[in-house]
Amino acid sequence: MKISVASGKGGTGKTTFAVNFSLFLNNIKKNKIVLVDLDVEEPDCHIFLRAINSNRKKCFREIPKVNEKCNLCGKCAEICEFNAIAVANTEVIIFPDLCHSCYACIELCPQEAFNIENIEMGEIHWGIITSNNFYFVEGKLKIGEVMAVPMIKQTKNFSIEKFGENSYFIFDSPPGTSCPVIEATKDSDFVVLVTESTPFGLYDLKLAVETMQKLRKKFGVVINKAGIGNQEVYHYCKDEKIPILGEIPYSRGIAELYSQGRDIISIPFIKESFRKIEEKIINLV
Amino acid sequence: MKELVIISGKGGTGKTSFAASFAYLAGENAVLADYDVDASDLHILLEPKIKKTYQFYGGKKANIIREKCIGCGKCQEICRFDAVKNVDDKFEINKIDCEGCGYCYRICPVDAIKFEDNLSGKWYISKTRRNSTLVFAKLGIAEENSGKLVSKIKEVAHNLANENNKDLLISDGAPGIGCPVIASLSNANYVLIVTEPSLSGFHDLKRILELVKHFGYSAGCIINKYDINENITKEIEIFSHNNELEIIGKIPYSDSFPKSLVLKQTVVEYDKLDIGKTVERCWSKLQTKL
Repeated sequence: MKISVASGKGGTGKTTFAVNFSLFLNNIKKNKIVLVDLDVEEPDCHIFLRAINSNRKKCFREIPKVNEKCNLCGKCAEICEFNAIAVANTEVIIFPDLCHSCYACIELCPQEAFNIENIEMGEIHWGIITSNNFYFVEGKLKIGEVMAVPMIKQTKNFSIEKFGENSYFIFDSPPGTSCPVIEATKDSDFVVLVTESTPFGLYDLKLAVETMQKLRKKFGVVINKAGIGNQEVYHYCKDEKIPILGEIPYSRGIAELYSQGRDIISIPFIKESFRKIEEKIINLV
Repeated sequence: MKELVIISGKGGTGKTSFAASFAYLAGENAVLADYDVDASDLHILLEPKIKKTYQFYGGKKANIIREKCIGCGKCQEICRFDAVKNVDDKFEINKIDCEGCGYCYRICPVDAIKFEDNLSGKWYISKTRRNSTLVFAKLGIAEENSGKLVSKIKEVAHNLANENNKDLLISDGAPGIGCPVIASLSNANYVLIVTEPSLSGFHDLKRILELVKHFGYSAGCIINKYDINENITKEIEIFSHNNELEIIGKIPYSDSFPKSLVLKQTVVEYDKLDIGKTVERCWSKLQTKL
């Protein structure tokens, strides 16, 4: 089972849900639970898990590197759609930040004047969280590195290979509706969209819903900070026939636990709410 | 003309609520820009009338003409993005997965692939209910090139401010530490980071400040909901002191934010006494930095 947790915008409680839901599942499931933090720009799950991931793996992406065979013909610059190559009078200049690793320049160069160079884009960290069967993987992009998608892809593929298809994966996705969130949700069996019942929440939820519809994903909504705001999110979900999986109430107490990086599944009504959410997801998949 | 860019590293810290309040307080004197092209929210509070709509073409996408395709599979072989699918012995390109590198159309032996400009979003010039100009965008679902769209919005907002002799541009920055936020920051005169005293908020503050320093911008910060965890607030204050990050203000945890939001008001309109006054003081202080 693969479940992605996503939201149109940041700060809706995606990470809170992903972490606590994983902890909850760990208590009731026999499968391996693997929480994968795919918010590679700002992975935060580790803070709530007090995770000390002893295992680390550097991640690389491939970019072209010019060799001595180059005769400055300029074909590479002409074909690069991302403006990642410029040919000056005496040398070829490569801009790694713009390169998408499509290989067109490398393979179409008439002189075969390119080698492949690996550049480091970040690290995958992983480890066991409890003595139980609960594992945690995190992808972390290097500061100043702009390509989130390859980092997300490698982190996701690594997790699936490492822990096997039979594990129960929770993918904490990056915010937004563009390529990174597509990469983080496209292989999942179900997507949980976390929102809050305010005009910002509703606006961004609509974008997230459109994205999931475009990807033809099964999805449902969890309303966080329920009780603030208004009823519009509820009306929207009803009108669009989007299942509301459950709620996490608005409370200063939860905000304080969150600020300390503590979990909230010890609160009885949260546990009960998660039990129902899990049940609904199973019925919908 | 000076530009103030408001960022947060992490989402949900209240960045847009502050940007909207400052925009309200600045009134006609400022031009406004929203660089969060993925989930632009500033317009929800400022309720602008759209004056002009523009289409944004970012990059290109490949498309296979089914009638011409001979099913050789070369395109699928070379596509590094798994965007080419075999459908009944001919090939199709999944638009969502296509990154627009153009490799396939260059090597197709029968010229069966079209490679065309891709409409990836729209952007708007609008007038807010405070009579200021707001430039914002809506990126199409599952589109990329958000960094380019941010740069476009920035260019337009700068031009509008200069043409209309406005001396201030207030910008709601993109989230994260990647390409869109780097584009948001370019040429900023002052960067305001909105943070909150939680372990994750502090963690993200450190990461975003590293980026801000990397590019050499001067920055200050607002600690929102400072009383939710006074220990971490203290740590943030010490950290700020040691890293030349000036504390512009501390705002207590308050229902005024969600309540004002529901009424589609800025917090300075909704709560004129308590929180509103504190936000106004932050604004006065910020103006001295620009």
